[in-house]
Amino acid sequence: MTNLLEAPQQPKLPAGPGTPSTRRLGATIRNLMTSPKYGPVIVTAVLFIAVFVIGGVRYRGFFSGQVFLNLLVDNSYLIVLAVGMTFVILTGGIDLSVGAVVALSGMIAASLLQTGWSPSVVIPLILVLTSVLGLLVGLMIHVFKVQPFIATLAAMFLARGLCYMVSQSSISITDPVFVSLAQTRIPLGGILSITPSVIIALVVVAIAVWVLHATRFGRTVYAIGAGEQSGLLMGLPVARTKVLVYVISGFCSGLAGVLFTFYTLSGYPLTAIGTELDAIAAVVIGGTLLTGGYGFVLGSVLGVLVLGVIQTIITFEGTLSSWWTRIFIGALLLVFIILQKVLTARRR
Amino acid sequence: MPRTRTPYSQNRVGPGGRIRRRMPRDRPTDDSMESTVTNHTDPPTAVVEMRGISITFPGVKALDDVDFRMFPGEVHSLMGENGAGKSTLIKALTGVYGIDAGTITLAGDQVSFSGPAQAQAAGISTVYQEVHLLPNLSVAENIMLGREPRRFGSIDWRAMRRRSAQLLAGLNLDIDPGSLLGDHSLAVQQLIAIARAIDVQAKVLILDEPTSSLDTDEVAELFRVIRSLKEQGVAILFVSHFLDQVYEICDRLTVLRNGKLVGEYLTEELLRIDLVQKMIGKELTTLDDLEQRARSVVVDESDAANFVTAARLGRRGAINPADLPIAVGEVVGLAGLLGSGRTELARLLGGIDRADSGELTIRGKATKLRTPRQAISHRIAFSSENRRDEGIVGDLTVRDNIVLALQADRGWFRPIPKKRRDELTQSYIQALHIRPGNPDALVRNLSGGNQQKVLLARWLAIAPGLLILDEPTRGIDIGAKAEIQKLVFNLAENGMSVLFISAELEEVLRLSHRVVVLRDRHVVADLENDGLTVDALLALIADGSVEADDTDAASGTNGDRVAVLGASDASETSDHLTIDNVPGGRR
Repeated sequence: MTNLLEAPQQPKLPAGPGTPSTRRLGATIRNLMTSPKYGPVIVTAVLFIAVFVIGGVRYRGFFSGQVFLNLLVDNSYLIVLAVGMTFVILTGGIDLSVGAVVALSGMIAASLLQTGWSPSVVIPLILVLTSVLGLLVGLMIHVFKVQPFIATLAAMFLARGLCYMVSQSSISITDPVFVSLAQTRIPLGGILSITPSVIIALVVVAIAVWVLHATRFGRTVYAIGAGEQSGLLMGLPVARTKVLVYVISGFCSGLAGVLFTFYTLSGYPLTAIGTELDAIAAVVIGGTLLTGGYGFVLGSVLGVLVLGVIQTIITFEGTLSSWWTRIFIGALLLVFIILQKVLTARRR
Repeated sequence: MPRTRTPYSQNRVGPGGRIRRRMPRDRPTDDSMESTVTNHTDPPTAVVEMRGISITFPGVKALDDVDFRMFPGEVHSLMGENGAGKSTLIKALTGVYGIDAGTITLAGDQVSFSGPAQAQAAGISTVYQEVHLLPNLSVAENIMLGREPRRFGSIDWRAMRRRSAQLLAGLNLDIDPGSLLGDHSLAVQQLIAIARAIDVQAKVLILDEPTSSLDTDEVAELFRVIRSLKEQGVAILFVSHFLDQVYEICDRLTVLRNGKLVGEYLTEELLRIDLVQKMIGKELTTLDDLEQRARSVVVDESDAANFVTAARLGRRGAINPADLPIAVGEVVGLAGLLGSGRTELARLLGGIDRADSGELTIRGKATKLRTPRQAISHRIAFSSENRRDEGIVGDLTVRDNIVLALQADRGWFRPIPKKRRDELTQSYIQALHIRPGNPDALVRNLSGGNQQKVLLARWLAIAPGLLILDEPTRGIDIGAKAEIQKLVFNLAENGMSVLFISAELEEVLRLSHRVVVLRDRHVVADLENDGLTVDALLALIADGSVEADDTDAASGTNGDRVAVLGASDASETSDHLTIDNVPGGRR
């Protein structure tokens, strides 16, 4: 005991003044890193910065604001998807239907606009329809105690099938509102610019952050992830919340579908195959535990950015096939899941 | 620990109240109780009144026509052994389970809750046995979740921290409300759960085993809080298997047994010994005249004659360090309530759980048991109380079940020849009268008693030096019971040591050469079974006057244990209590 107390006054004194505070800082950092709450997010943030810096060193023109903004521009729909997915995964569930719903809302938009509907009707209609689909999925999960994996798998097949019902081939969108939304660049001074989709995605993120951190609903989402039974015994509205997260995910998928059509200006039944897995990957890389309870929306945004920056690097590399993106994402996902295990295991 | 009686109870049951009538129905319960209760006067209105509650689970009647009441400003305890229906009753009151029959009245209004949220809204606040909090959220959130202070639709985090800091301060708990719940010890989490419960301004506060993970100071703190809540008129239900605590804090007791109501009593008027009797279901009878068999007790020798000697053997959270010598050919009975550590101690000896302190000497050699297999190779057989899950393999035949342990001991590469298996099975079927005597019958189709015999045969087949029998006679018919008892006796006569655990004290007394009594995970007495009575054992099991605590452990002597009985009404047996005439009792 006494030895411990005297230790700082030993010969090492020169380093003395800094030592206790550095040590405290070290302890704080170690605490943060091993915290299941913050650890994975911090790792992702560090990773993102590292990859970005590596890219900047290797490639000319990589280290620019526009490259960063393009990450948002190219992935705005994925950000929205990841936000919805974060809600679901935080409760310990999963939503496999989002990719198909993106394709479906694109198809609906394209075909309705083709027949002359106004975008001011089409967009709200899509959002309502996809929310209702989410509601049905949520009810299926809650009322009939179907595994989320199965329920959303069914929804995925349903949505994908409906795409083909609408049309078997690509429908291009010529509606002036959609075209202008797709082409508008909002200048941010200098040569920097973003698209309206980015604004929409960021608004969605902001709302999601607020909902998850400052409303009872949001806290209940976290509570369910940690222990549905505990939440129930604490008298929280578990049932309502559980259904609602799937509605939110449905809504986000619909919105993401609309943003995706801004990006592609067409509806095609085969689009966004596997996008649900990208969204899940982004959420997990962003530090949300697949078992639920821990994670942040901003982490998921970071996850999307990490996926985006890897894609960008591969584009800059030029010689690599785009399939390398998949390989990197796969490896990254594996590393992250193991990392989460290690970090949280050391804790206890 | 002296029984402290708080002044409230006297005030409550003062002469001002009206005479209370017992529940109108006649109950097939202990007759002694009726008189105990009827003479009381009660505070005028019960805040909770449950009448005729029945709950049936598939195959089990968990509660059968149970009445239960709680009064404002009173601490009430539900008592009963495991399976008595305490938790079920609590869950019925808190809306977790629906009731099949009966009525629940809360403050005069009949209620029927469809969920815990409703019960909470109605003013019933609960701290469950297992901590039901959320490790991923902050302490403050865990306290306030579901009723967070809000400003403009947002959760007011600052107000929330402030409020929870106040509550924690009220419990003398110095932790940061912003820290993650999962970072705190179980004891602190338990206190946080209590902080959550008392924040609700509840009419009724239910604490189900709140003290199981708390240390003495924390318990004192909790009791201080309970007393102040009591003064505020909250009705408190305090469930604990620590009798000391129950007697310290509770004003009124309701005893359940096997899902049925035994009775409701005032704590101060119910002696501990009576309480234990009611919980276990043993009348204070004129002694069951046991045929006191002449026993050749192995008294005199040194450790060498002990088959097993446990010295300060313990496992944290299960059983406090205990000494337990078992001589060759000796039957040692373990007596104690469920949760007293009797099974836990046996599991240490059987190698099922690992001891984390103390030493185990087998045949004079210090040994550490890590797995049941090691125990078997030392010729220690452990037959679990959980016959269905940890004993028989229902889908195998009688023969396969009998040879299982022997085969495991030989190793899977040396199969027992078919002929030998048949002989073995046949001989045990005959020796133990296993019915039906068909080696190919599936064990799950046998009656409980015959299943137990198959289990016994399995362990006897490995020729054990020590046979540990945890509740071998539970749930089996009288005939089989007698046969098993006789078998145990014969085995001991032939030099096998037996550790015998049973909730039926008569049985323990009938079979054991020595009886070791456990209470609250301590060995409180180690007695020669020579003129011991059920009453004396009950007194030991019940009485809180003995603290076989750490000071005792530190001194290393067993002598103080003798003090137990001196204080109780079973002094006639005290001359048998010296530890010196117990083989290996003193190191």
